[in-house]
Amino acid sequence: MSDIHAQDVAFVRDSMIPESPPPQRQAGVVKWLRENLFSGPVNTVLTILGLLIIWYLVSHFWDWFAHSVWNAESLAQCREIIAATWGEGARGACWAVIRERWHQYMFGFYPPALYFRPVMAFGFLMVALAPVLFSESLRIRRYVLIVTAIATLALMLLLKAPAGWLAFATAVFAAALWLAERQVARLLVFSALYPLLGVWLLWGGSLWGPIMVLGAIGLGWLAWRLLVGLSPLVAMIAGVAVTVGLLMFLVGPAADDAESLLSLSIIPVASDQFGGFLLSITIGVAGIALSLPLGIILALARRSDMFLVHTLAVVFIEFIRGVPLISLLFVASLLLNYFLPPGTNFDIILRVIIMVTLFAAAYMAEVIRGGLAALPRGQYEAADALGLDYWKAQRLIILPQALKISIPGIVSTFIGMFKDTTLVVFVGLFDPLKGISDFVRANFAWKGIYWEPFIFVGAIFFIICFSMSRYSMYLERRLRREHR
Amino acid sequence: MKKSVFLGSVAALAAVTGGAAMAAEGDTLKAVKDRGELICGVNTGLVGFAAPDASGNWTGFDVAVCKAVAAAVLGDPNKVKYVPTTGQTRFTALSSGEVDVLARNSTWTYSRDTDLKLDFIGVNYYDGQGFMVRKDLGVTSAKELDGATICIQTGTTTELNLADYFKANNMSYQPVNIDSNAEGEQQYMAGACDAYTTDASGLAATRAAFADPENHIILPEIISKEPLGPAVRHGDNNWGDIVRWTLNALIAAEEYGVTSTNIEELATNSENPEVQRLLGASDELGAMMGLDKDWAKRAILASGNYGEIFAKTIGEETPIGLARGLNAQWTQGGLLYAPPFR
Amino acid sequence: MVDISAQPGTSFRLSMLLYDRRYRSMTIQVIVFILVMAAGWWLVDNTIRNLQALGKDFNFGFLFQRAGYDIPSPPIPYNSDDTHLRAAIVGLLNTVIVSFLGCIAATILGIAVGVARLSNNWLFARLMTVYVEMFRNIPLLLWILIVYAIFTEVLPPPNAYRGENPAASMILFDNVALTNRYTAIPTLGLTNDPGHLDLGYRITVDWATIAFAVVLIGGWFIRKAVLNWAQRVQDATGDRPVTWWINLGIMLVPSLLLIWYFGLHLIPPELKGFNFVGGLNVQNGFVALWLALTLYTGAFIAEIVRGGILAVSKGQTEAAYALGLRPNKTMKLVILPQALRVIIPPLISQYLNLTKNSSLAIAVGYMDLRGTLGGTTLNQTGRELEAILLMMLIYLALSLLISGGMNIYNSRVKLKER
Repeated sequence: MSDIHAQDVAFVRDSMIPESPPPQRQAGVVKWLRENLFSGPVNTVLTILGLLIIWYLVSHFWDWFAHSVWNAESLAQCREIIAATWGEGARGACWAVIRERWHQYMFGFYPPALYFRPVMAFGFLMVALAPVLFSESLRIRRYVLIVTAIATLALMLLLKAPAGWLAFATAVFAAALWLAERQVARLLVFSALYPLLGVWLLWGGSLWGPIMVLGAIGLGWLAWRLLVGLSPLVAMIAGVAVTVGLLMFLVGPAADDAESLLSLSIIPVASDQFGGFLLSITIGVAGIALSLPLGIILALARRSDMFLVHTLAVVFIEFIRGVPLISLLFVASLLLNYFLPPGTNFDIILRVIIMVTLFAAAYMAEVIRGGLAALPRGQYEAADALGLDYWKAQRLIILPQALKISIPGIVSTFIGMFKDTTLVVFVGLFDPLKGISDFVRANFAWKGIYWEPFIFVGAIFFIICFSMSRYSMYLERRLRREHR
Repeated sequence: MKKSVFLGSVAALAAVTGGAAMAAEGDTLKAVKDRGELICGVNTGLVGFAAPDASGNWTGFDVAVCKAVAAAVLGDPNKVKYVPTTGQTRFTALSSGEVDVLARNSTWTYSRDTDLKLDFIGVNYYDGQGFMVRKDLGVTSAKELDGATICIQTGTTTELNLADYFKANNMSYQPVNIDSNAEGEQQYMAGACDAYTTDASGLAATRAAFADPENHIILPEIISKEPLGPAVRHGDNNWGDIVRWTLNALIAAEEYGVTSTNIEELATNSENPEVQRLLGASDELGAMMGLDKDWAKRAILASGNYGEIFAKTIGEETPIGLARGLNAQWTQGGLLYAPPFR
Repeated sequence: MVDISAQPGTSFRLSMLLYDRRYRSMTIQVIVFILVMAAGWWLVDNTIRNLQALGKDFNFGFLFQRAGYDIPSPPIPYNSDDTHLRAAIVGLLNTVIVSFLGCIAATILGIAVGVARLSNNWLFARLMTVYVEMFRNIPLLLWILIVYAIFTEVLPPPNAYRGENPAASMILFDNVALTNRYTAIPTLGLTNDPGHLDLGYRITVDWATIAFAVVLIGGWFIRKAVLNWAQRVQDATGDRPVTWWINLGIMLVPSLLLIWYFGLHLIPPELKGFNFVGGLNVQNGFVALWLALTLYTGAFIAEIVRGGILAVSKGQTEAAYALGLRPNKTMKLVILPQALRVIIPPLISQYLNLTKNSSLAIAVGYMDLRGTLGGTTLNQTGRELEAILLMMLIYLALSLLISGGMNIYNSRVKLKER
């Protein structure tokens, strides 16, 4: 058998023919095109359709973009320049309106000399978020912090911030970077302090206010600490009561007294001067931050086996989720004053924040409930086995993990809320999309300008929301990996 | 003030007490003085009547009333916080105590005065509802608008007038509801409606802003009476008096020839006893409503007398170019007639 | 005999309310109940006192007063002499119409785009990704404004269709005119009109409509019976009888007969005076709102569909191919039924979102519930408390109805656990 050779048997080959390059149709660009664009009749049609759509869009908008005018004082002047440069009947974008009014789209009517304060507040916001959002990876955290610090400081320089503030911001960023490298958990202290700092930077006024509020919260915590051995429930009630009581009756006068002793005041800015993206971000961030504790309580209540507590939570959540945000905004603008004691009156932005908080809390509760449900049963059982009571178990074991799983959901909720803040225009606030644009168009010079502001504002919304959604998707993937 | 701004923003809890407490009932004058600021509800942006300029400063015919009241009460015409209100939110803002006075070209009607519990303190502009159309439409009378598409601002009296007018004349129309004047202009300019209807003054202001005002005409029919005036809440009569007589002082000042330039001079050596009383040279009129004697002088100094304000904001010299018409002094054949200061 | 309850040490102490698990939850619930009642009482009391201070009362009598304002193209007969209640109903119907049509269109679009994003056509998948990301990350209000602005700025006004040499011309065989006010489409006319059924309150339904509805619904049931029969035959013999022509006939023939009997024909719109008349003018506010809602929600649904399909493990597809199923059968019989279970719950919340978002009609002047009851009515009567509370309750009821209905459907497609 073994002496059968290729020469004897016609169908067995013993020498290979040399390798030849793949046929043209199976290699390189052609292969890629064939596989990805023209693999069948349906695909070919789709490709042609796609090309047609792109061609249609490009051919319609290209000359408009190409004929952009950046320097002009009015729409009429823009049109003159376009007609003069590209001939009669040419279409072109008039970006001059953005160049002239960008600050109103960003800051509304915030005093221009103080623009650096919101910039700083949002720079610090990233620092405060770092230990929460970017706790996963040192590399990302470092990157985010450095970029934020450089951007914030550069913007502050451009906006002619006083040297003292620059030094303050530099110090905060340096400290944050150092902490972020070594002990991220310590940075959480900054996150906890941030709400007060942010409010102070945005609204200005006396620093004693935040300090006194901090004091009230500290005393409340002390009361809780002292009583927690007795009964966690009593301790919590006492802590809340002390804090609220102090806030209601002592903080105001105490801050005034302290202020008269030692003035730590910066120029106050009233809420009605907020507008544009400053307003959107303020409402969005405040809504999410304030709704977090409420959302946690609602989520725990909804999972509770106490019938009444459970029912109340369900009713509240489903009610809020069942009505449009715009109706809640109308409640803020038209009805809230009916529901509060006669004579109470606070400004519309605060009322809007209250309603937005309630709105976000319902969605937040559902997100956190999802996080709680996703936690393996073993964690609850382990907490029980350790003999922890309900609140200890929640605080030490359940919530830290559940909240961590919920972060992507919370970010999505924030994106939704942030987009929805544009609705505040319907209660007379100057949102960037319609409020500011209508106001700009009320001026003779910019009457009839539509697309440029839309595109500008839309692009900013897109950048913010898109990057946030991408990051939350990344977090989600990461969390999923960890759970395996 | 600082405290309330800050605390008001810390938390709803703190705000229950910390928020600027203010009287929905009771003494508005005291509240305004304590606050050091007059809160004035204005239009979100109607050129000539109330609109913020590029740096956010409000100017206009209605704004001037706010300034005059602030000057009379607080001594400084700039101590005003302007709250832009939409057609939707304006009356609630007033009745809930969010604003002290509403100067937002609102029509004085029976039901608003009674059912909505507002007090219109007078009329600062006599207006009427009209129609604007393109010239090339070939329409010369509102009676020819049968079947037309008409842009109309929702939530205004004009909406009801329009329905009534077409019904009374047995004509049909298609309404296009719009939310703001800016949107109305956009729709009208694009040809999305054949006619735009609103107060004649608003039409003039809108037309003035067009690139080709000569191609648009305002039809001769005025289909309604629209007495526009500032309003305050029911129940605080003293506050109503202050706003009412501030407006009257502006009107009377024009009648007696008191202007912002000659006021100092007239305050000292005017012969006219009425002017003397008005400017606080003789009687203490201000004390009767809890103000000092110079209140009217400051109010007039804020942006001039009625005639000056009119000329500066919406008069014939401005792009809006409104003639005085019904809004001339009664001595000039108009309807402005300030009761005597006595 | 020992009385158990008399055992020493189990007698009730006050502190047990707090420390004993059996009583503690009761204690907490009582406290919560008292707090909620107190808060509720506080709100109601404040409201009453505020209303008193303003000299207002709380009653819904205004709903029966004359509305006095007009609504463009109302779905049921309405004029300015009708009551505010009828105006509110017109608004509610408008909300329901735009939401319903929006949900249908968004679902179709979403499924198409979701599948297209998974297609192996590189270009088209990328294009769809761009669409999805664009719409998901930019506020809906902007899309509504942009679509509306495109309608008003780009389309010609009706009088561009006038004259010997018009600047614009009607499309689809002179049947449809796109203008910057409305899209004029033909209406259906009957030469042999059997009249209409009067339901009272000036609401009428054409007998012809009823006839068509009866025929179509009847056809649907017959079709079901035919399919059942085909299934039985298949089960018994292994051969499935060809049924498509029977079904087609059942649905088509009676309809065609009805069309012939009633003399159904199109009445194209024609330009008369200022506007197109004769046809149906679909307001641009409605179209813009509907389109923007569809595109926006469609992008979200596309993501849900994509996620649902990806959630079905690849082994399922491979197993189906191994059984010799063709790709579209695989999709229909294997992938979709499994994907649906993942898709439906988030789909419900998208439908709810769309319905709630339809309240943005305020931006385009479409008179929905918010525009009538929560808008003009509120303004003209000054009854903000009543109007807004009523409006919120109606929206709530609508949401509960949708989620209730969809949950029933959901439980039907859910995996039957054994």
